Amino acid sequence: MASVTEDIVIVGAGECGARAAMALREQGARGTITLVGDESLEPYERPPLSKAALTDDREPSPVTVCDRARFAHLDIAFERGVAATMLDRTAHDLVLADGRRLHYDKALIATGARARVLPVAGGHSILTLRTFTESVALRSRMTPGARVGVIGAGFIGLELAASAVTRGCQVTVVEIAASVMARVVPAEIAAIVEARHRDAGVDLRLGTGVEHVEHVDRPRPAQRLVLDDGTTVDCDVIVAGVGAVADSAVAAASGLTIDNGVRVDRYLRTDDPDIHAAGDCCSFPHPLYDDRRIRLEAWRNALDQAAVVARNLLGADEAFAAVPWFWTDQYELGLHIAGLPDAAVTNVVRVRADGATLLFGLGADGRLVAASGVAQGTAIAKDIRIAEMLIAQRTLPDPSALTNPAVTLKSLLV
Amino acid sequence: MATWIEACGADDVDAEDVIPFEHDGHPYAIYRSPADDYHATDGWCTHEQTLLKDGLVMGHIIECPKHNGRFDYRTGEGKGAPICVNLRTYPVKLEGGTLYIDVD
Repeated sequence: MASVTEDIVIVGAGECGARAAMALREQGARGTITLVGDESLEPYERPPLSKAALTDDREPSPVTVCDRARFAHLDIAFERGVAATMLDRTAHDLVLADGRRLHYDKALIATGARARVLPVAGGHSILTLRTFTESVALRSRMTPGARVGVIGAGFIGLELAASAVTRGCQVTVVEIAASVMARVVPAEIAAIVEARHRDAGVDLRLGTGVEHVEHVDRPRPAQRLVLDDGTTVDCDVIVAGVGAVADSAVAAASGLTIDNGVRVDRYLRTDDPDIHAAGDCCSFPHPLYDDRRIRLEAWRNALDQAAVVARNLLGADEAFAAVPWFWTDQYELGLHIAGLPDAAVTNVVRVRADGATLLFGLGADGRLVAASGVAQGTAIAKDIRIAEMLIAQRTLPDPSALTNPAVTLKSLLV
Repeated sequence: MATWIEACGADDVDAEDVIPFEHDGHPYAIYRSPADDYHATDGWCTHEQTLLKDGLVMGHIIECPKHNGRFDYRTGEGKGAPICVNLRTYPVKLEGGTLYIDVD
């Protein structure tokens, strides 16, 4: 039985690790709490890195999740700028790269994800975006008139494209799939965003892969993207947003099961009862989707899992069942998604009086399993939030009520 | 010294909902509770720069539309992560079907 006096180490000081550390104290943990992160900055929020940190006129500073004063107030030890190597599960020690050992009774792995690297010749010159430092480096290259090549038209790639356009760059996006955001966003919604990028002057090359990258001096010095359709794009800077892979190195070195990230059960426990995992690094069975094993790379999931895992580290048995939630901001548009659109067998559309489009995904049994929408700013958020509650309630809504904008979604709540 | 500003008509905001109001370049959020009493807070969420006007009102809670931070709009009290700072509230009064807010 876990006790509130146990010593807890948290590996990874991103959104999830830092939130879990704070939540542990707020939940009454009285043992030591040590947060270990390999970056030198205090824990910060990553969503702005591809958006405001690139487009704001003033020099960006990290949006801090928890600062030094709060760590001190909550009596959380923060070991920054040091990588973790493995959990010595026999000794119950976390082994650090500098050789130190930190004893634990309970451990949380919240190591997040790493940007996937494109395996092409010449690819070493391609930038990726995961950290604040990388965002600052990218910002310095996104000068007005700069030719920016973006590989990948997922959330990150398109946010980078929109930010580069906002900064006056000339932007080309190369995407191997036939449509933008194909992996997570229904086609009807993706088409609205795609059109907005074309309106903004983005040169979108869909269904096109990258063959290799080469440095050229003529007509002027550039990194040249050579594409698989034989065309080329000369760029001053190339950045890839081609997905992320779970950072499961510490878990693997500790002998824990890896299955698209650190494998955990519905209580976010690994196969060692003293080690939990949460956030982007873990895959877990989702009870709303027939216990399908999923891994989410999302700010909201990091926050939600941090709260649940903190309670479970202190002895609770709370199954994680939050509805997946994603958003992306591009130009003036805000796209929100609740649930898993790929679990839907049919979609129904609602067009609101203000022109905003909402798409509801229904499962084979008629249950609402996903909702997505796009509108100006945060104008769609409220409807998607209510849809999230309908999904959590396993509602079987009347499709004609979903399509009829005169029926408020709130009235469908149980 | 109170500074009462005319904000909106009582019927401009639905029960259990929120509307935006701006005065002197400052955004406010005006709420009507399920029991038809009225409240006002700052328009910006205290977490990051997001306006609360598009947020969901459930009972006496306003939820930020971007990061789902929650506040009790009667008191401004934040209801857990990611909120660290409470929301400022403003007195309101209803006179002849018009809602006034004390912006002092």
